[in-house]
Amino acid sequence: MNLFDILGPVMVGPSSSHTAGAVRIGNLALKLLQERPVKADIVLHGSFATTGNGHGTDRALIAGLLGMQPDDMRIPDSFQLAEEQGLDYTFTNKTLKDAHPNTAVLTLTGENGKTMEVQAASIGGGRVEIHKLDGVDAFFSAEKPTLIIYNLDRCGSVSDVASVLSLNHINIANMHLYRSKKGGFAVMVIEMDQGISKYAVQLLEGLDGIQKVVYLNTEE
Amino acid sequence: MAFEALQDIISACEQMKKAFWEVVLEDDMTEREVSKENSMAQMRYTWNAMLQSASGYDRTLQSKSGLVGGDGAKMEDYYREKGTESLCGEYVDSVIAGALQMGESNACMKRIVAAPTAGACGVLPAVLVPYFQKRRCPEERILEALYVAAGIGQVIATRASISGAAGGCQAEIGSASAMAAGALVHLQGGDMQQIIQAAGIALKNLLGLVCDPVAGLVEVPCVKRNVIGAVNAMSSADMAMAGITSRIPPDQVIDAMKEIGDRMDVSFRETAQGGLAGTAAGMEIAERVLGRQ
Ligand code: SF4
Repeated sequence: MNLFDILGPVMVGPSSSHTAGAVRIGNLALKLLQERPVKADIVLHGSFATTGNGHGTDRALIAGLLGMQPDDMRIPDSFQLAEEQGLDYTFTNKTLKDAHPNTAVLTLTGENGKTMEVQAASIGGGRVEIHKLDGVDAFFSAEKPTLIIYNLDRCGSVSDVASVLSLNHINIANMHLYRSKKGGFAVMVIEMDQGISKYAVQLLEGLDGIQKVVYLNTEE
Repeated sequence: MAFEALQDIISACEQMKKAFWEVVLEDDMTEREVSKENSMAQMRYTWNAMLQSASGYDRTLQSKSGLVGGDGAKMEDYYREKGTESLCGEYVDSVIAGALQMGESNACMKRIVAAPTAGACGVLPAVLVPYFQKRRCPEERILEALYVAAGIGQVIATRASISGAAGGCQAEIGSASAMAAGALVHLQGGDMQQIIQAAGIALKNLLGLVCDPVAGLVEVPCVKRNVIGAVNAMSSADMAMAGITSRIPPDQVIDAMKEIGDRMDVSFRETAQGGLAGTAAGMEIAERVLGRQ
């Protein structure tokens, strides 16, 4: 843990896992959707379901979806801000199978019709992990610059992507391929040592068989 | 890499002929690859956030569950009225009030600095803000003291844990208290041995403390536990300044905390099943608060 994990984060209370982590989950989901959400159906599981209300987990998730960071003083008022900004939301408590105790599943629709389903967990100290994307297992923390690439599940895609990255001098720290059980598509998660240019993202989007590219960089 | 023992920080101090806080600062510069100015600026930002949340206390606020709010105001009114007549005296009473207020602000979704956690966010500011304001201590000294605190916290996090879910409340309030004790010794002009002795004594006094939040909320007993963390830090710092030492070396106290945490039943580790949370009153509150959703 670095020094400012010990003295910090500066955050809106009361809980780093149930409040600060929940804001981060909302925020990551917003970035994964890639546009302003107009509808969010949120399932809370485990301790998020039982103590989430008292910890403001619900308001924190919505705050994150509205683009706020964990230290934003408007977090307690996020329900009202959501109404003003035209974000409809619902919350349901549900027990999910084999899920981390602090888990939320966000099903989102964006202003231009994009959709996304994100399952994420708050793993302590405000740190979070994505566990599923659109029902497909996909584990990453987004603490490093990360590419999420949806592709048709066929040979060649991985090597195409890898060659674009190496041509752009990107060092891959970690790469995982997750395949949808139903078949048809797969999700590549690539964690990189450094950020990547818009241009490289466009190159990736242009590759054969690539359906969607999401680039997350929490430092930008 | 963060230090794995308080003794390692001392050795580094001796080797580099530097003060405790400088060694911690330099370690941060190496670990995060930042300049001195950059690290100090971040520390100043952290300190200002603490000051702001201390002054932003709202005496009318109640937490959503209705369990906490207003006690910090009561304590403040009490010491303003009693002055030196109270048992602890005005200065310590202001520390108590500060700890309650920060704990309440956290429960009421105000902005705080987790130190080392949100539940224990009241301990450090409770002792540092009055020191800064009433003793007119320069900001630079407070920043140094925060490096001391963070260095101690890092060792505890590395050797044991700073999470209630992993190690019980001794890991949250206990760690915060040890950090605050070391910081106070630095402010009082103590040397590095006295810094780690104070941390060791403070942690020792809170060993075994379980994490038993009623209804799983960071409210009861958390708010008042910040008070014991802060007051214990002051008495431990004074003991160390008087030349009193911990018979068990501070690093071994941390190891004892880890052992106790590891063997602590899961019902005492933030699960809201045992301890105060499991009392008849605690269960009743839980039913009322959680059933209300
Ligand atoms: S009781 Fe548990 S939640 Fe409350 S301050 Fe202590 S460790 Fe944190």
